[in-house]
Amino acid sequence: MRSGETLIPVLGVVTEIRRETPDVKTFRVSAPGGGAVFPHMPGQCAMLSIPGVGEAMFSITTSPTTKAYMEFSIKQTGLLTDWLHGMEPGQQVAIRGPYGNAFPLETELKGKDLLFIAGGIGLAPLRAVILYVRHYRDNYGKVDLVYGARSKEDLVFYEEVSKDWASSEDMQVHLTIDRAQEGWEGNVGFVPDFVRSLDFSPKCSTLVCGPPIMIKLTLDALWGMGFDRTKTFTTMELKMKCGVGKCGRCNIGSKYVCKDGPVFRCDELAELPDEY
Amino acid sequence: MLKLPVSQMEELFASIASEQSLYLPLETNGLIAFSRWEEGKQARFDQLHCAGSVKDFFFPQTENLALFKTSGKEIHIEENRDPEEAFVVFGVRACDAGSLSILDRVFYDEPADTFYQTRRRQGLIITVACNAPEETCFCHTFGLDAADPGGDVAVWLLEDMLYWDSRTEKGHALTERLRGLFEEAGDQGEETVRKGKADIGKIIDRLPLRDLSLERFAGDGMMEKFDAPQWESLQEACLGCGTCTFVCPTCHCYDIRDFDTGHGIRRFRCWDSCMFSDFTLMAHGNPRPSRLARFRQRFMHKLAYYPENHEGLYACVGCGRCITKCPVSMNITKVIKTLGVDQHA
Repeated sequence: MRSGETLIPVLGVVTEIRRETPDVKTFRVSAPGGGAVFPHMPGQCAMLSIPGVGEAMFSITTSPTTKAYMEFSIKQTGLLTDWLHGMEPGQQVAIRGPYGNAFPLETELKGKDLLFIAGGIGLAPLRAVILYVRHYRDNYGKVDLVYGARSKEDLVFYEEVSKDWASSEDMQVHLTIDRAQEGWEGNVGFVPDFVRSLDFSPKCSTLVCGPPIMIKLTLDALWGMGFDRTKTFTTMELKMKCGVGKCGRCNIGSKYVCKDGPVFRCDELAELPDEY
Repeated sequence: MLKLPVSQMEELFASIASEQSLYLPLETNGLIAFSRWEEGKQARFDQLHCAGSVKDFFFPQTENLALFKTSGKEIHIEENRDPEEAFVVFGVRACDAGSLSILDRVFYDEPADTFYQTRRRQGLIITVACNAPEETCFCHTFGLDAADPGGDVAVWLLEDMLYWDSRTEKGHALTERLRGLFEEAGDQGEETVRKGKADIGKIIDRLPLRDLSLERFAGDGMMEKFDAPQWESLQEACLGCGTCTFVCPTCHCYDIRDFDTGHGIRRFRCWDSCMFSDFTLMAHGNPRPSRLARFRQRFMHKLAYYPENHEGLYACVGCGRCITKCPVSMNITKVIKTLGVDQHA
């Protein structure tokens, strides 16, 4: 960045927009001269803004192994995201980052059997990890993904997950939706119950991401199955302004989600106040 | 140590102001605040605390960050820093001077805040010892000494004489420039200052908050404090007005906002307050939905979270502004007393 000042964004260009679900779109963003706007590791986030509309933190859903662009899958839920959903390819955005820590893919998770559990838009940050793991497939053990949403239409990256990932020998995909619907032959039920019904080894390293209530209930299910808090990771999301642990609003106890997170190991999280 | 008769202070101000902007406690409309000094303006060292703290110079209430120009799908981004100036703040008390080392740890932490960093580089702090600490003072609780207030230059105003002790490279450079105005304080001067400091110490020993202690806050037990039942009664009177956060020399929460000027979007940052309900409000909910949660956040930050991240250093300097300014007379000393004692009773 020109001045070394992290609060000043740089330019990104939206080159492609895909509709994932009725309220989620994926935005592909490149630097004006092409390429990813900045390097990152899976789990890290970026501040995206439209001047005069707002600025907010979004997880980067592509893996750093993709050099040509970065992608953000964004749910339409407020002022800024309304605007983003209304824009068209070619739109420039202001972007800064990367912010936060990342999943420990080169350390704690290397060589391990990985169990990914996602709910709804929570697959967005985990997709970055899954793409990275598939790129460096030999560095990891067995890979399972449990993914659920309210309905089939609410499953983000449905084509990619149900075709590319599910048919690949790299990984096992287990899909579920909350309520039965026509044309759905997979599991019906909430993610935590589905996880309980599948016979995963509690020795897996587990990565959980989704809406807060889904995370809480899934973690309870995992503890009931004997999973280890020190091998279970989740991501947090709170309101953020600076992205670097100074503006004071995204703390959970003494930890700033923007800087010390968004990825937390569950044994670390257990020592913090339940204020998230 | 150097000295100068108090009657020649105006000359000293004029010399400083000839090359740097000089800010002093000045009275405007009945309020004493750090304001830009000009010839003929009377410095007011008779009141201990200026309305705002010295934080305002380094982390101003609002400041510009960037300017955006948009046309169609294109955005143009420019940095938009407020102009820099070399400045001296004269009359800073030990508490405010101490607050800067607390803020430094936040804003210098990588990635450093270059806005704050630039102002710290440009600013020079001349402290003044507090000859008469007041009943709302408790800087001693945090290891600060009203009699030896630190800064780039420390000043004592005793017996119609100004004693000048430069403490840093920046302070030495200023002293060098002003050297002609001063005389050596000599042994007699040193003795006067020693006695002055002892007198201040005696006043501190009689202060009502003399024995306020954080001993019980030291160490772990963050969750024990968080879950303490006393928060319920402590927060009852709080209006959530945020006054304490704005007058506090160590509060540093901020917001970043955009303003459409009509010829560009100006992005600025401004103070924010953890006491406000929209501080943590997101589209999907609020992790601190109650006044209790917000009230607790402010004090847990100062007394538990900040110390945990900064080797036990508390994020309070005992200036007492929150005691004076809170409309319902709630303040950090009550929190310290209530939580520090009762929960172990």
